[in-house]
Amino acid sequence: MSSPSTTAEQLAFDAKDVCVWYGEKQVLFNINLGVRPKSITAIIGPSGCGKSTFLRCLNRMHELVPSARLEGHITLFGDDLYAPTVDPAFVRRRVGMVFQKSNPFPTMSIQDNVVAGLRLNGIRDKAFLNEQMEKSLRLAALWDEVKDDLHKPGVSLSGGQQQRLCIARAVAMQPEVLLMDEPCSALDPMATQKIEELMQEIKRNFTIVIVTHNMQQAARCSEQTAFLFMGKLIEMDSTEKIFGNPSQQQTEDYITGRFG
Amino acid sequence: MNTHGTVREWGDNHKFRKGKSALVSALCVLAGILVVTPLALVFIYLVIQGAESVNGNFFTQLPKPSGELGGGMANAIVGTFTLLGIASLIGVPIGVLGAVYLAEYGGPKLNWWIRFSSDILNGVPSIIWGIVIYGLMVVPMKGYSALAGGVALGCLMIPIILRTTEEVLLLVPQGYREAALALGIARWKVILQIVIKTASKGIITALLLAFARVAGETAPLLFTALGNNFWNRNLLQPISALPLQIYSFATSAFDDYHRQAWAGALVLVTLVFVLNISVRFLTRDKA
Repeated sequence: MSSPSTTAEQLAFDAKDVCVWYGEKQVLFNINLGVRPKSITAIIGPSGCGKSTFLRCLNRMHELVPSARLEGHITLFGDDLYAPTVDPAFVRRRVGMVFQKSNPFPTMSIQDNVVAGLRLNGIRDKAFLNEQMEKSLRLAALWDEVKDDLHKPGVSLSGGQQQRLCIARAVAMQPEVLLMDEPCSALDPMATQKIEELMQEIKRNFTIVIVTHNMQQAARCSEQTAFLFMGKLIEMDSTEKIFGNPSQQQTEDYITGRFG
Repeated sequence: MNTHGTVREWGDNHKFRKGKSALVSALCVLAGILVVTPLALVFIYLVIQGAESVNGNFFTQLPKPSGELGGGMANAIVGTFTLLGIASLIGVPIGVLGAVYLAEYGGPKLNWWIRFSSDILNGVPSIIWGIVIYGLMVVPMKGYSALAGGVALGCLMIPIILRTTEEVLLLVPQGYREAALALGIARWKVILQIVIKTASKGIITALLLAFARVAGETAPLLFTALGNNFWNRNLLQPISALPLQIYSFATSAFDDYHRQAWAGALVLVTLVFVLNISVRFLTRDKA
């Protein structure tokens, strides 16, 4: 066992020998991966390599698939996320998530969307909710665009704004980590740039793990990059190393566009 | 020279195709007219026969004894709403909660059986429900009652509400459930506050359609609610309902009763009409 408490920096996530099956089919093979706090970790790899599955294991969202089964250990700042006494809802309060397709709740206004997580987890204090709402919208770089329309439906916003609304909704819960599953793949370059900028802002307070198809995005935004292929972690290192001088031939082939 | 024929030939072909298209369009219009005509005829005939008898007395007075002129169906109108009220106490919770189970919790095998049984129940002739409730409630309780009538209608509502509500719950995109669960919200709260709220218009539509469907049922009431020519203030006593009153008046020998039966039919059809139009209104708003 490693002794994280004695190292200078405790890992945010520490995944040990993670294997995942959907029914009979194994999709992840012995993943060992550490995520450093207050940094951006990118997970890249071709479609179907298991990167989204791995991301979902970090907040136990993969359990929504009834046939999914996981072996191995994942800790969040030293706490075992899969201990038998741990409620998945509790894990998800500590680990926020932003999805590929923006999904603001259609029945709620912009402000209600932002505080939906807090409110549905039982927080009633109006002053606190309002404060958290403004703070989260500012962090998501959306406040100036919506401050006069807080009562309008969340779905009335543009695609890029909706995605930033979802980011605001996730950070309003004050999670320790924010998982992003290809958050920009449905957005135009301008909207993508805005989200990348605010990721740099967010990482001062939160750890970010981002899954992306876009290798330029991984190279631009992240400090560490992990390359997954066919359910196996091929290589993980600092982003400069992965994109400059990868130690594995497969990684080099992928990032230079020889396959994938 | 090409293998696809000349422009001239295409032109001829075009004319032929246009002819075919016009023919099929005409058949579609004809079929549409055939669907709408009976409805229009029924409604027009009802208005002609019943309109003059739909007056203040009709809505405020009790039926007069046979042979006397005048009177109304006030008790039957109130009775219909009373029965719908009792029916919804049974049909709405069981139907909606069952649909939530099907859409959110159930495994594929059990769901298949529930859907299958519900579809069979949907096809059971409504008089069978009357007989079943007669055996289960009227005989043991030693009397016809509003309660038994309401229960019979409620049983009819369950499969209708169950299947239509399930459909609208499944229309709620999975992304909303995922987004809510990823915020660490408990499953039952996600279903109540996100899924059902998102589908609320569709669920109300399903309920209104079920009301419209059972409001006009006569057969299940014959053995249960029985009918009553007076006000009913006790749910354990027989109660009147519009379809029952129409049935008994229309089969009587008196012209004035026939006149009132027409009026009752017009009111009942209008009620069902209004329910269906509110459904259209709600579903249009949804888009």
